[in-house]
Amino acid sequence: MSIKVIKDKCIGCKLCIKSCPFGIITVDNKLAMIGEGCNLCGACVPSCKFGAIVIEREQVVLKDYSGYRGVWVFAEQRKGKVEGVAYELLGEGRKLADRLQVPLSAVLLGQNVAEQATELIAHGADKVYLYDDPVLANFQDDTYGEVFIKLVEEEKPEIILIGATSIGRSLAPKIALRVRTGLTADCTGLEVDTLNRNLLQTRPAFGGNIMATIICPNYRPQMATVRHKVMKKAVRQADHKGEIIKKQFDFTAISIKTKVLNIVEEVTKTINIAEADIIVSGGRGMGGPENFKLLEELAQVLGGAVGSSRAAVDAGWMPYSHQVGQTGRTVCPKLYIACGISGAIQHLVGMQSSDVIVAINKDAQAPIFKLATFGIEGDVLQVVPALTKQFKKVLGGDY
Amino acid sequence: MNIVVCIKQVPGTTDVKINEKTNTLIREGVESIINPFDVYAIEEGLRIKEKVGGKVSILCMGPPQAKESIKEAIAMGADEGILLSDRAFAGSDTWATSYTLSQGIKKIGNADLIICGKQAIDGDTAQVGPGIAETLNLPFIAYVRKIEDIRDGYIRCERLMEEGYEVIEMSLPALITVVKEINNPRLPSLKGMMRAKKAEIVTWTANDLNSIPENIGLNGSPTQVVKIFSPPARGGGEMLHGEIEEQAEKLVTKIRELKIV
Ligand SMILES: Cc1cc2nc3c(=O)[nH]c(=O)nc-3n(C[C@H](O)[C@H](O)[C@H](O)COP(=O)(O)OP(=O)(O)OC[C@H]3O[C@@H](n4cnc5c(N)ncnc54)[C@H](O)[C@@H]3O)c2cc1C
Ligand SMILES: Nc1ncnc2c1ncn2[C@@H]1O[C@H](COP(=O)(O)O)[C@@H](O)[C@H]1O
Repeated sequence: MSIKVIKDKCIGCKLCIKSCPFGIITVDNKLAMIGEGCNLCGACVPSCKFGAIVIEREQVVLKDYSGYRGVWVFAEQRKGKVEGVAYELLGEGRKLADRLQVPLSAVLLGQNVAEQATELIAHGADKVYLYDDPVLANFQDDTYGEVFIKLVEEEKPEIILIGATSIGRSLAPKIALRVRTGLTADCTGLEVDTLNRNLLQTRPAFGGNIMATIICPNYRPQMATVRHKVMKKAVRQADHKGEIIKKQFDFTAISIKTKVLNIVEEVTKTINIAEADIIVSGGRGMGGPENFKLLEELAQVLGGAVGSSRAAVDAGWMPYSHQVGQTGRTVCPKLYIACGISGAIQHLVGMQSSDVIVAINKDAQAPIFKLATFGIEGDVLQVVPALTKQFKKVLGGDY
Repeated sequence: MNIVVCIKQVPGTTDVKINEKTNTLIREGVESIINPFDVYAIEEGLRIKEKVGGKVSILCMGPPQAKESIKEAIAMGADEGILLSDRAFAGSDTWATSYTLSQGIKKIGNADLIICGKQAIDGDTAQVGPGIAETLNLPFIAYVRKIEDIRDGYIRCERLMEEGYEVIEMSLPALITVVKEINNPRLPSLKGMMRAKKAEIVTWTANDLNSIPENIGLNGSPTQVVKIFSPPARGGGEMLHGEIEEQAEKLVTKIRELKIV
């Protein structure tokens, strides 16, 4: 496989230069040249109006995948309760399944979760593969992985959607590797091409500066982990009919090499930022750890969580679990209030898909304002308490 | 204990600037760095070695200039470094990368523990660590924030989860991926830098690894990128002016209108 510029077709128009996310195309003497470091992402190919850039792949012998049908959703549960993300996947999975005219199935692994299976059906699943077993009470890569892989090999779905949670992002690569198929991480958009039944998977890449659409044309099933809170939850319809297929797995047949000894919930003062609908986040501009109390007060009034930039985490003002950004968590709440955060790209990539962004910063030139829905130029130590007071006033209640 | 740390060389994105005129990334001055999460992986490998003895090998797949990153790891204290580099590896997705790195680990031989970063900051997939473990048929624990115990054939870790952490044990050989919370990486020592300067970085090609052509590079990658585009620009950008109380009032009204609270 290789990338080539066809000399006779290239006129040196430079359109391809703009398309290259790595900036490695140059035009010299009216001829485009692709520099060292090209990873064959293909972005330049459609940018060329003259068809002068081609990627040559060795022809893969297309296997017959007509035996692979149906859309699956992994119904992740914790403590016996199916997670919200699974209902979002059902909402999205329903659309894909209808487009492809195939059933939508949920895969549920756990202990004493039969009631949850009924809920999955009410939320659009046509089938639920249910494994109810004490061994599966809590997530473990090797048990969950082996069960899932065996089921995939038996039932041959064409699409598998898994929530991009800690559990999902640990489980999915194991499955994809074994069944020898592609896996697209942390998708924010899914679409299906009904002609060749390819799933078009869109995700942020290169630190969120760029969106990439990825397909997996020559392998089945097509697998994606899907970001939380991007897709709409399926609406509950009590009269939706479906079938619960009870399954069993013989765990004596596999060697289980890991063991979960303890699950510790760290009851933080505030809500988990990955789940929160509202996040009040602070950066170096907060001036010191003591001022984060102001953010906690505001978050409490709003029923939100407190986030942080890396600078504030590195300074020891906030624990790492609150860090938003490239090396922290990606969040997409309904409201993100950035207080004393400059808006470095590594921070932005972790929060830029929030519905509404508010920035409070004393520097009018701070890059965060370019992204913010609403901006307030001012001192956080004055603006935040004023906001808290105002919200308290309109929201009422006793705080 | 034989420890293999997988590190990736990535662009240090703080330095990436856009040329406003041509709308392209300015390449000069964009330095390459060791993927930040992998620095924690190196540090953890060194700490284990200091505790129980053994060897830390660095494994990296990438273009020739990725040697610089391996040298940095040696300057921190790693014993040796191997670069997997070949045009045939270009275009690898996480499946092919996992496969290729696994071949490298096999060739290094006798690994007791493989350490990866949680994810690489360019692709952000977090799939390669678990992928390597599966290819090598090893148990793994992702998002390790602390190693509570490690000895011959045994490791006990804390895995960071959304709502807290889990204590998990497994047998070695095995793989872990680490998060930032696990340690504070050391800086390279002067002695280390001297050693790194002289260190010979071995390069293995597709041939050296006996890799199956169908499993490497673009051909070995089930996924294909078909389109790349800029995320839709965010609209709005309304500055709220006035006295502080006024600004607060305006904002609260806006937020109420949007029915967020
Ligand atoms: C590989 C890599 C990964 C990274 N990952 C992350 C990540 O995951 N998350 C992250 O956040 N960063 C990350 N960073 C760091 C990032 O580049 C920035 O350094 C960081 O986000 C800056 O944090 P900050 O905005 O709080 O601080 P600063 O950039 O120092 O900004 C402070 C802001 O506060 C304002 N301010 C000061 N005082 C006041 C006041 N009284 N009232 C109002 N405003 C005030 C200032 O005008 C300024 O804009 C990463 C960097 C690298 C290289
Ligand atoms: N090309 C590579 N060379 C060495 N290690 C890699 C490479 N790609 C990924 N890794 C390892 O796998 C981890 C996860 O990467 P990713 O799945 O790309 O997010 C990284 O933190 C590295 O430890």
